[in-house]
Amino acid sequence: MNFDLTNDQKMLQEEVRKFAQTELAPLAPEIDKSGEFPWSNIKKMAHMGLLGVIVPEQYGGSGFDFVSLAIAVEEISRACASTGVIVAVNNSLAAYPILQFGSEDQKMRYLPPLCNGEKIGAFGLTEPDAGSDVAAMESTARLEGDCYVLNGTKRFITNAGEAGTFVVFAYTNKELKHKGISAFIVERDTPGFSLGKHEDLMGIRATANCELIFEDVKIPKENLLSKEGEGFKICMNTLDVSRIDIGAQAVGIAQAALDEAIKYSKERKAFGQPICNFEMIQSMIAEMASKIQAARLLVHYAGYCKDKGMQRFSKESAMSKYYASDIAVDVARKAVQIHGGYGYSRDYAVERLYRDAKILELYEGTSEVQKIVIARELTR
Amino acid sequence: MDLIVCIKRVPQTAEAEVKIDSSGKDIVRDRLTFDMNEADSYALEAAILLKEKFGGTITALSLGTADAEDTLRIALAKGADSAIRIRAEEFVELDGFKTAALLKEVIKDIKFDAIFTGCMATDDSYYQVGPVLAELLRVGHATLVSKVEVADGKAQVNRELEGGLIEHLEMSLPAVFAVQTGINEPRYASLIAIRRAAGKEIRVVGKEDISLELKSNSTLEELFLPPVGKRAEILSGSTDEISAKAATIIKEKGLI
Amino acid sequence: MILTKEHRKFRQKVKDFADQEVAPRAREMDRSGKFPEDLVKRIAELQLAGIYVPKEYGGSGLDMLHYAIAVEEIGRVCGSTGIFLAAHSSLGVFPIYLAGNEIQKKKWLVPLAKGEKIGAFGLTEPEAGSDAAGTKTTARSDGGMYVLNGTKRFITSGRVADVVIVTATQDPTKGYGGISAFVVEKGTPGFTYGKDEEKLGLHGSITSELIFEDCAIPMDSLLGTEGDGFRIFMETLDGGRISIGALALGIGQGALDASVRFSKENTVSGKPLSKSQSIQSMIAEMATEIEAARLLVYHAAELKDAGLPYVKESAMAKYYASTIGMKAANMAIDIHGLCGITDAYPVERFIRDEKLMEIGEGTSEIQKIVIARQILGK
Repeated sequence: MNFDLTNDQKMLQEEVRKFAQTELAPLAPEIDKSGEFPWSNIKKMAHMGLLGVIVPEQYGGSGFDFVSLAIAVEEISRACASTGVIVAVNNSLAAYPILQFGSEDQKMRYLPPLCNGEKIGAFGLTEPDAGSDVAAMESTARLEGDCYVLNGTKRFITNAGEAGTFVVFAYTNKELKHKGISAFIVERDTPGFSLGKHEDLMGIRATANCELIFEDVKIPKENLLSKEGEGFKICMNTLDVSRIDIGAQAVGIAQAALDEAIKYSKERKAFGQPICNFEMIQSMIAEMASKIQAARLLVHYAGYCKDKGMQRFSKESAMSKYYASDIAVDVARKAVQIHGGYGYSRDYAVERLYRDAKILELYEGTSEVQKIVIARELTR
Repeated sequence: MDLIVCIKRVPQTAEAEVKIDSSGKDIVRDRLTFDMNEADSYALEAAILLKEKFGGTITALSLGTADAEDTLRIALAKGADSAIRIRAEEFVELDGFKTAALLKEVIKDIKFDAIFTGCMATDDSYYQVGPVLAELLRVGHATLVSKVEVADGKAQVNRELEGGLIEHLEMSLPAVFAVQTGINEPRYASLIAIRRAAGKEIRVVGKEDISLELKSNSTLEELFLPPVGKRAEILSGSTDEISAKAATIIKEKGLI
Repeated sequence: MILTKEHRKFRQKVKDFADQEVAPRAREMDRSGKFPEDLVKRIAELQLAGIYVPKEYGGSGLDMLHYAIAVEEIGRVCGSTGIFLAAHSSLGVFPIYLAGNEIQKKKWLVPLAKGEKIGAFGLTEPEAGSDAAGTKTTARSDGGMYVLNGTKRFITSGRVADVVIVTATQDPTKGYGGISAFVVEKGTPGFTYGKDEEKLGLHGSITSELIFEDCAIPMDSLLGTEGDGFRIFMETLDGGRISIGALALGIGQGALDASVRFSKENTVSGKPLSKSQSIQSMIAEMATEIEAARLLVYHAAELKDAGLPYVKESAMAKYYASTIGMKAANMAIDIHGLCGITDAYPVERFIRDEKLMEIGEGTSEIQKIVIARQILGK
């Protein structure tokens, strides 16, 4: 693997960093408080091509690779964690499965609006009683004439409150267990499809996280992704990809926390000198920086495995997600510690970063699930 | 319209800790980040807006070392059509005059209707390159430009003066415009444009292409950080007391 | 890890050597405290003694990444052999490669890189460890010679080395600026050995005290110029950290490999240990952190190869790999249970060997100060 970024990746990093720090960062504390979905910034990101980073140009995207997506998500999350999640979900949980498993018609129809910001995407997998254990889902889709009739409830769905296009999973044949799960593209305005409760989250508060309720929702047959029974495969493959971007979010949040900690440690004085002169503070900063660098390399490496067309990269993507989220929480905690009492105050960014980081260890497979994936790959 | 934009890659020193290197004539650069000079990014945007209105081409030109090509590529991604780098490493003592003279040597072979530069570079603050370049090219110029509109082959130009005054000029073209910051909203390069620009070739010219024997008019002797004065005063007391003291001081100094 | 074909082929070559020729002797080395001389010969024959040294100076002309891979692969089976190679290549060879003149390179670098001679690095003193400015060993010029006086301690391969790079101060009032680096050959009058250390681990690697009593060496033993010593050993340590990181990584990988094997072969309540989630959790943590350490080590090596700044990155690689390597070795013992603390399994040796990685060539605390200074710009 070449650790050096390519020319276009370096330019992307520089430009996205500038954009995110100028346009997104100032809004981050505000939308954290209000929980308002940042539509104006989403339009700006659509204009830059950040909503379809990995979508080829013929479908309205920017045609970059997965390492580049990770770089973009890191920079966006560094400025605003909520916006980082929104972009990551749109790219890797909504656009990616359609791109990878959709028919030409589906790609032509659904990808351009996801890339140009006309519609935001969401991924309906988790249910009230089925999280990491996907096969425990209860949603069903039965074929009636030209339509599938969808019934069920999905919970903790990022972007859901504002999304227009959903990739939704349901059983077409419960007896076949996970081989009976299928994936569908569902549009927001389909009759019978309503939103349930809006989640009041600890962090990433501006992500329109909502419940989806399907009551006899008729979905045209042509909205089936791939074939019946392929849902589990689609879901697993998609999660392998999107976990890389959870890793990238984690690196971004951790980097933001380190940036804040460094700045504060140089300004804050104690016993007559800046606290960055104290070895205990230096020790924390060195640990934070080393772990962030290690996490970043794991994330890029997982993206690189995907870009090189490696058949199996579940282990690498699980490692990047598990490790980066683990250290992000640790780094954010240390950043609060370096700020002392001020770190506990909403006036300082680290308070928000600490809250934003926690979800990383939970969604798209908890750390425990990631570890099972990693251990299985090693002891097969 | 055929336009030229002169761009400089500069260290971002506004919020960084600046240190002087061992030569005493330069700053320590290895921990600084570099980017397009702020005023130049407004100059580039002004040029792009004119190109979008009237068509034509934009040539981005930079006197810099190899990494200036990164900045030129961003200019290409934002809307420049071609880019040229003059190898700064082959020339010494680049003061404002010599810089302008080198730029002129490249520009004299290009057809242009207007040249845009930033009004100043944040690293050396000479405010010279635009005006000197205009003089060397024997064309008109305006500095601190806050607005440029073109109609009937003439430019309507606003300049920002002290005290909030605006000076409006009508100028014939070609001309050099040294642009003030904040006059427009520089766009971000789109990802697709970045991908295309990343592969574009940048023309590089150096000593062998430019026959210019020129002495600088000034020599950099020393760069130093002035000793910190004792002008700071820390106010103590309750919030109300501090506010009252601060207000008194501000009034005494005639700031409000 | 996806490497170039060239790097993969090289890894396979070293891996074969490590598995077939080093691994079977690791336990014996640990017990006897003796490093087999024929292994030194084999390292030379396989051209591993001067991996990154250009061919014209007797080396293999490969890059730092090759070197890191070699140390890692050998460390995976035997810490003692790993530290022997790392100390020779990074500490014995590098200063001459870095600062030696053409004559010095011909005289010393060539036989070292070919593996005909063994190198060592005399920096640490009884009262100057990570703070090398405290160097008390002195060098005074006297009648066309430099005369060394002082004691060096904890010198890896000290007694067996044919060539030792020694730092000494010519003017203690000048602090760092007074330190110079010299090449001293074994057998020079006035150069003797004190005690060899009995250590927690790395038993196969000899650690000696070097004593210089009016030891006169020719003027052309000086590396670089007078007062260059500080720069030379700082750069040597920057590079050396990559090799310690690689060795820590290798030992960690060895601990993981042993754990995976053990958990598959042994059962508890009729089920393989590897099916237990507690074991899976430990294996996943070890594997993830080892992969992260590998990327940090290789990244630092690549930066050095590219001529880019790598001080922060090599300190990160060393600090991180040794920290997680210790954790991995500890978990490996936990996974092995009581078996893990017997010498029937290699993991108790791994944890003893790995501990040095957190200490040698700058403790973790020093690495963190280096990293923080780079970040804070101090």
